[in-house]
Amino acid sequence: MAGNREYFYRRLHSLLGVIPVGLFLIQHLVVNHFATKGADSFNKAAHFMESLPFRYVLEIFVIFLPLLFHAIYGIYIAFTAKNNASRYNFFRNWMFVLQRFTGIVTLIFVVWHVWETRIAAAFGAEVNFNMMENILSNPFMLWFYIIGVVSTIFHFANGLWSFAVSWGITVTPRSQLISTYVTIGIFIALSIVGIRAIFAFVS
Amino acid sequence: MAENSTVHFIISRQDSPDSEPYQEEFHVPYRPNMNVISALMEIRRNPVNAEGKETSPITWDMNCLEEVCGACSMIINGKPRQSCSAIVDQLEQPIRLEPMRTFPVVRDLQVDRSRMFDSLKKVKAWIPIDGTYDLGPGPRMPEVKRQWAYELSKCMTCGVCLEACPNVNSKSNFIGPAPLSQVRLFNAHPTGEMNKAERLNAIMEDGGLTNCGNSQNCVQSCPKGIPLTTSIAALNRDTTLQSFKNFFGSDQV
Ligand code: SF4
Ligand code: FES
Repeated sequence: MAGNREYFYRRLHSLLGVIPVGLFLIQHLVVNHFATKGADSFNKAAHFMESLPFRYVLEIFVIFLPLLFHAIYGIYIAFTAKNNASRYNFFRNWMFVLQRFTGIVTLIFVVWHVWETRIAAAFGAEVNFNMMENILSNPFMLWFYIIGVVSTIFHFANGLWSFAVSWGITVTPRSQLISTYVTIGIFIALSIVGIRAIFAFVS
Repeated sequence: MAENSTVHFIISRQDSPDSEPYQEEFHVPYRPNMNVISALMEIRRNPVNAEGKETSPITWDMNCLEEVCGACSMIINGKPRQSCSAIVDQLEQPIRLEPMRTFPVVRDLQVDRSRMFDSLKKVKAWIPIDGTYDLGPGPRMPEVKRQWAYELSKCMTCGVCLEACPNVNSKSNFIGPAPLSQVRLFNAHPTGEMNKAERLNAIMEDGGLTNCGNSQNCVQSCPKGIPLTTSIAALNRDTTLQSFKNFFGSDQV
């Protein structure tokens, strides 16, 4: 009998993308949004997150390990597809291609972003308003962050749509259509939150 | 009309399963109401290509000639469909024919769809009624449900949905939409339901249901209008429950 590890991995991949990685994304975007209220309020919010109890345990089990699995298995999924949107020009097929494309963009962005902030912090840098202000004062980095953040949010919102299908929550065409609208709404709302935060660092 | 007196075909050919594909062009005399198969038959009668050279007749597969067997599927002007129901008058010229390369090409336009029949065996896409004693008549099926199931039963294993699926390719072992939808059909049958768990477990194996990436090309391409993505989502729900039962055990069989 063939194994069913693949079934487990695919479902785990789908689940981890939403819980905890997706939830972490929302929380992260909300904390960033404090930047729109000024440097002090951002620093306070960031400091609060940093001083949560069991910080390393939370970081490892809520962020790094799930993210690592989602990323590595995601690369495998992305490269086993043979994209054919030019021949089959349908909305969902384009979403399929974009989901894989934004997955890769998001991965590049997140790796760089973690390197520049969290790893730098481990080597003694302080993650605060000034740090982000410095990074984003470079126009190239500003665009890199805008593209990275929007791509991450797209990947999350569209991933939420597939999550609902993959777990059998939305079955009928109508429920899938409604969840398309809902996830487009989530994409727009979170993009506004994310982009506003980015521009709050640009003086 | 003068320009309609011949029909221009560009056909992708291949002499053996492993040889390189090449293209050959043909001008076939026009007849009213002709379809792609009748044009291929005309080439078979008179195998002369556009350059006026004698060539070998084209190999293709066919059977029912009324779009119910699925054997004659090929890619016609970029779309996988049945060549028996592809009416020349409705196609843009030149008409380009290619084999469905998702499947192993036997020769020219003929492909080997065995993998689909193997998949149907794998998921036990039938109702087991043989016993060592008379099993008697099965339970009745409500008429509305019968009508609903009839739509799913229209699948002719043509392979168009596998051809359209980006996740069915040489890098993956995804079973594809058609056999999955058949699991839903046979699990919905009052007698077939008795083997529901067995079928669900079969599609939870490697290469099974979870390989679906929701591009939904299948449902857009199926010539029989089978609600493939609804079937897949419904099976996602069923396998979710089944996997919990498998893991935790269940209070009922
Ligand atoms: S589901 Fe539709 S496209 Fe797929 S094999 Fe059956 S008839 Fe063909
Ligand atoms: S010959 Fe049977 S579907 Fe075309």
